[in-house]
Amino acid sequence: MLALESVTYRYAGATGPSLRDVNLTLADGEVLGIVGAAEAGKTTLCLVASGLAPRTVGGMMRGRLLLDGIETTPLAMHELAARIGIAFANPATQLSGVAGSVYEEVAFGPMNLGLPRLEIIDRTGAALDALRIGDLSERDPARLSGGQQQLVALAGLLAMRPGHLVLDEPTAQLDPAGTRLVADALGRLAADGVSILLAEQKTDLLAAICGRVVAIESGRLALDGEASAVLADPRLAEIGVAAPAAVRVRRLGEGAALPPAALERLRHALRAEASA
Amino acid sequence: MVLGGVVGPAVLVAVAVLAPAASAGVLRMLLRTSLLLTLPIAVSVLVINVFFFPDGRTVLLRIGPFAATAEGLAFAGEVLARILAISGAVTLFYLTTRPADLVIDLERRGVPARVAFVANASVQTVPALVDRAASITAAQRARGLDTEGSVWRRMRGVIPLVGPVLLGAIAEVEERTMALEARGFSRPGRRTLLWQPPDSRPQRLARWLLVTAVPLLIVARAVGGLAWLA
Repeated sequence: MLALESVTYRYAGATGPSLRDVNLTLADGEVLGIVGAAEAGKTTLCLVASGLAPRTVGGMMRGRLLLDGIETTPLAMHELAARIGIAFANPATQLSGVAGSVYEEVAFGPMNLGLPRLEIIDRTGAALDALRIGDLSERDPARLSGGQQQLVALAGLLAMRPGHLVLDEPTAQLDPAGTRLVADALGRLAADGVSILLAEQKTDLLAAICGRVVAIESGRLALDGEASAVLADPRLAEIGVAAPAAVRVRRLGEGAALPPAALERLRHALRAEASA
Repeated sequence: MVLGGVVGPAVLVAVAVLAPAASAGVLRMLLRTSLLLTLPIAVSVLVINVFFFPDGRTVLLRIGPFAATAEGLAFAGEVLARILAISGAVTLFYLTTRPADLVIDLERRGVPARVAFVANASVQTVPALVDRAASITAAQRARGLDTEGSVWRRMRGVIPLVGPVLLGAIAEVEERTMALEARGFSRPGRRTLLWQPPDSRPQRLARWLLVTAVPLLIVARAVGGLAWLA
């Protein structure tokens, strides 16, 4: 379980808080989507939920972050690192920059944790397999495409086997096939009990893998509920978030006064395509 | 420096640089790189010493007010042999050692992980910086910056790149720090090292020979046993 209790956070030197009185609880195995316009506070929420803010980022935080019921305020970042993983949108900065091969890159986190060698080998292999990048393991991470680097960065995170995962637009540079790989891997992790916080612009991805979605506006939670309800909420457009394709098609169909039977077939076809 | 003259360093280069390079299959690369590296300094050493060596008496050639002396030529040869020995050794190291291997080995021998990381990251970041510079050049040329033509023009074209390349790299530092922290890098205590670079018996032997050769040569030089080399 990951919980934020009335968290208000202000960056150092900022005039106002970037998060205001946020309450959020994630159960084990829950995938929670975060949507919001640019500068609404998605990334800040990710930083706070992962413990990086204020530990590494600085700034002022009120409220508490709880992991599995444990108050995290006294814990150092490296103590949190074994419990919670975080990935950002820019894969180039996620890589350690010291690994000569993808394999070493993925093993970097477990090595830092000082785990036994066999355990590291086991985890690294499993993480590479989960994202189907075993064939890249000998390659130099610096010479991969952005999408490949993003998968490598995620594999490095999976190899840490965190109980909680915070992902800030982890598919920003991925093509549809890569996005689907990530979605599948996240689905499997959630089934294993990992709680996942996923900030994403791709609402179609959220519709496919999230049980719950929150919308954030000017640092406050504006909408919070079942993914299907929030993603179809008409207020989403006012907040500055594009609804998933299925929702937009349905609205267009309704606007064009399509017969209900045709609409229903269209919806089925879209759903089948999304889950394919 | 211990071996005076030209013969000493030349023998040293042959034994400790060229022979290992040949056995590693990088002899051609090594010669090319290290000669190119030393060319500018070699030219200036040669010109200055041949014409302006203070103790030069034996005049070989006169060009206007300048005289080339035999003593200057001999001294320049001595300096050049030393420079070649140094640049050859550095190049050989660079050509045959993967940075990741070096760092793992340093760490294995007790160098703190952070120090090893800085050493490694600074080497591995160079290609990333080159890539960044290339894309910024492209972006600035697309907006009309002139980077072709005369040498002077090209040099002027470099100036607008320096800011974005460096600032961009610095701006990334925070995100890199966060990523490293999130992967447990700041954890105190030893990291697990997955593997270690192979260290064969001949390699260990060669290292010991080289290390013990230094004091031996210093002693030999001090007692005058190396005079025949000069």
